[in-house]
Amino acid sequence: MSAFDARNLSGIAYTIPFDSAGPDDFERMGGKGASLARMTAAGVSVPPGFSVATEAYAEMLRADGLGAEIDALMAKLDIEDVGDQARTSDAIRAAITRRVMPQAVEQAIRAAYAALSAPFGGDLAVAVRSSATAEDLPDASFAGQQDTYLWVVGADAVIDRVRACWASLFNARAIAYRARNGLGETNVLMSVAVQKMVDARAAGVAMTLDPVTGDRSRIVIDSAFGLGEPVVSGEITPDNFVLDKVLLEIARRNIAHKDFELVVDRASRCTVERVIEPERRSQSSLSDEDVLAVARLAKALERQMGCPQDVEWAIDRDLPPGANVVALQSRPETVWSRKAATRPKTAYATGIEGVLGTLLSPVQIKH
Amino acid sequence: MTQQARFPSPYDLAPPPGAEGWKDLYPYYLTFKDKLRSEEDAKFWFCDAQHWPSPFKPFDAITVEFAVKCLGQYNTRHYLVPPANGVEYRIHNGYCYMSPVAVAPELIADRVPQFLERAGHYFQNWHSLLENWDKKVRANIADMETIHFEALPDAVPIEWIKGGVGLDNTYALTENYDRLIQLLYKTWQYHFEFLNLGYAAYLDFFGFMKSLFPSIPDQAIAKMVQGVEVDLFRPDDELKKLARLAVELGVDAALATGTVDEALAAVGQVTGGDVWLKAWKDAQDPWFNFTSGNGFYSDDKYWIEHLDLPLGYIRDYIVRVKRGETIERPTAKIAAERDRITAEYAELLDDDARAAFEGKLGLARTVFPYVENHNFYIEHWSMSVFWRKMRELGQILQQAGFWHDANDIFYLTRQEIRDVIFDYGNGWAVGAKAAGPDYWPDEIERRAAIMKALATRPPQPALNEPPAVITEPFTIMLWGITTDRINAWLGGDDREGHITGMAASPGLVEGRARVIRSASQLDEIEEGEILVAPVTAPSWAPVFGRIRAIVTDVGGMMSHAAIVCREYGLPAVTGTGTASSRIQNGQMLRVDGTTGEVTVLS
Repeated sequence: MSAFDARNLSGIAYTIPFDSAGPDDFERMGGKGASLARMTAAGVSVPPGFSVATEAYAEMLRADGLGAEIDALMAKLDIEDVGDQARTSDAIRAAITRRVMPQAVEQAIRAAYAALSAPFGGDLAVAVRSSATAEDLPDASFAGQQDTYLWVVGADAVIDRVRACWASLFNARAIAYRARNGLGETNVLMSVAVQKMVDARAAGVAMTLDPVTGDRSRIVIDSAFGLGEPVVSGEITPDNFVLDKVLLEIARRNIAHKDFELVVDRASRCTVERVIEPERRSQSSLSDEDVLAVARLAKALERQMGCPQDVEWAIDRDLPPGANVVALQSRPETVWSRKAATRPKTAYATGIEGVLGTLLSPVQIKH
Repeated sequence: MTQQARFPSPYDLAPPPGAEGWKDLYPYYLTFKDKLRSEEDAKFWFCDAQHWPSPFKPFDAITVEFAVKCLGQYNTRHYLVPPANGVEYRIHNGYCYMSPVAVAPELIADRVPQFLERAGHYFQNWHSLLENWDKKVRANIADMETIHFEALPDAVPIEWIKGGVGLDNTYALTENYDRLIQLLYKTWQYHFEFLNLGYAAYLDFFGFMKSLFPSIPDQAIAKMVQGVEVDLFRPDDELKKLARLAVELGVDAALATGTVDEALAAVGQVTGGDVWLKAWKDAQDPWFNFTSGNGFYSDDKYWIEHLDLPLGYIRDYIVRVKRGETIERPTAKIAAERDRITAEYAELLDDDARAAFEGKLGLARTVFPYVENHNFYIEHWSMSVFWRKMRELGQILQQAGFWHDANDIFYLTRQEIRDVIFDYGNGWAVGAKAAGPDYWPDEIERRAAIMKALATRPPQPALNEPPAVITEPFTIMLWGITTDRINAWLGGDDREGHITGMAASPGLVEGRARVIRSASQLDEIEEGEILVAPVTAPSWAPVFGRIRAIVTDVGGMMSHAAIVCREYGLPAVTGTGTASSRIQNGQMLRVDGTTGEVTVLS
């Protein structure tokens, strides 16, 4: 009996939109999908999309004897033999990609994709990413989590890529790792995140502390026209905004001279560098309202994650104002957080002792 | 700071033409002495234009003397604040300059135990001592109210003869004058009983927050500490209530036109008018003991003596009420915002720091209501009564022919007034002419000309060489004078059309400038303008509904202008040093109260 047969999947939704996922759904969405759904629930906008739930993958394995075939191939695997790992991996992945998806699953994905595309008119360009559930793996790449397909357009292509993501769970290193560590194939289920490709009017990064002083009451934003990659990679000098986190006031701004922007070329389904027309080069890539929206987004992320964050964000020109500032990725800030952890404890005097200390030590107020 | 960067010496600052001889108008101990030049020039003096923005008349020097002397006594003699004594002060060309007196480093340690005992007692018993303060100040005001100056009668009352009193009416006149001055002296001693400690506790919280969040805006700290229900705002709140009541009762049309007497008479004719008139009367004591000045000048106008002022504001508020605006201060919103800001900063702290945060904030919030409220009880209420009583005396002496106008009395020093009272009584007793009526009118005219000449020239922001860094806590807190500020005054930031000051209240707006030099010009302000002034008083609040932002020459984070602007949600940049002389009426300005920058756009 296949390890996958035990599941009774009747009545389970195969797809879960990010904005309607509840806490019970998170474990069915894999790490990436759950993170997107959690952010949405916490009031952090992300590019719209849905998860193909783990049950869809399980159903795929169950149908047409796929699970049994995988079990059989795995049973024969010699985990010390690298060549055998590669052959087993190829065989399993071929077994997955050549099979037709169970009809109920396919229909669910088509419906979810159609619903996602509807507000934008026509087939929406999406990113399809694998999102494994085995959060405890020390190196996520072994689980094949990094598989990402960009600029996927049309339901057929989406279905094809979802299957490819499932197959990616069986790359050679991943199966060897799981076999060596006694992680049965049942311990790793695969979800897939399908998410709108961002067509950014402006994008960049935001830090929820001042990277120069470590001041946690500040938010610092770097921003440029178009997509955010040139900002992240440092190819251009971005506009820079410093805000007070609590008052949500812009304390400082420095508008850079920006020569080019990375934009979406819809026809060729890729991004291209475009020279910015002269009159726009020295304009701010963000309005004050945009700056505040980005800051609010970063602040919400920090609160949700419980520590200072380094956020990649974008303003999507396809989305309506008020909902167009989206988080693409958020990571804990490390430099100052590490410093804070190693800093010796300060003894603070309060009451009159505190007052005395203040009167005795030179006071300087910086402006 | 470079060696050459210094302000002029007072000894090189001649008076403006026509003001020669000004020194004789003030007590000998308040002016720079030629003999002491090297000693006086070795000190750094900054102008306190925050409290005394324009030259003051000889009598008005009493406010400088009592206020600054009493400030000093609490540091030096009551609490023995370890590093800080009082503040030396001088008058030069009609303006007031201050120089804080530090305690010699070797003496600081010895003062610590005494400070802990003395100040500690106040911090530990703050509420009960403050209750006692409230009683003392109210009793002191009541005592002042009992003083009446009466013209000398033709004959000593028959009852005094029969009762064998053996004194004449001049005795009471002198005694009452002396008593009034003594009660004022008490007023100012009480004023500082809590103030220095209150600021110090606030400063402790302030410094703590700056150490944890180097870029925290000053106003965020202030917002966490400020009270919501503040007596200082009561007078304005009372006007708002009266405006709303007028609309509710339907007496607003009757109030809308005419002089105060005409309007009140018209209200009396309308149904419900008696209800409004009673409310109007009830609000006056004590809340109309409120000035559109700052209490330090004899010509500050108090509402209770100039009912046209509160009525004018009420008329403005009525218009806004009828437009459907909410004129009341959004106290619930202010309280919620204060809680939100406090919670968000607390959230950013680790456990140890959060415990200290709560302790220091708790103390700051305990002491801060005094810092906010004392102003009503002293500068407004007490000073209202004091100036009123002095005018009563001025009136009697005017009737006795000593001068032409009751307010001319303020062209005399307080010692000279004692002489005048004797002169008046002397003539009366002898049955001959007093000397004053032939002497004072001309002398007053001469003095008035000097005052006018002094007012033609603005003060220097400071005198002599500044210290490398300003570390004196009270200088920074009360006057907003920091090393950065001084550098800016010295021309460190002289970009054309660019003025910097303290970011006192957040927000960014643009609008036309309206430069106001005194409260009497307040009615020139038009809707949507930016108020530019040497200094503002909290009592200017009623015009705050009309303006977009405030820019002042002087004032710190906790200056009255800053407190009120934060309360009203208006952007404010304070302590610019020179904005009111560099900005012209009608210029377009951009005011950034978040960064403290003012830009002249055109």
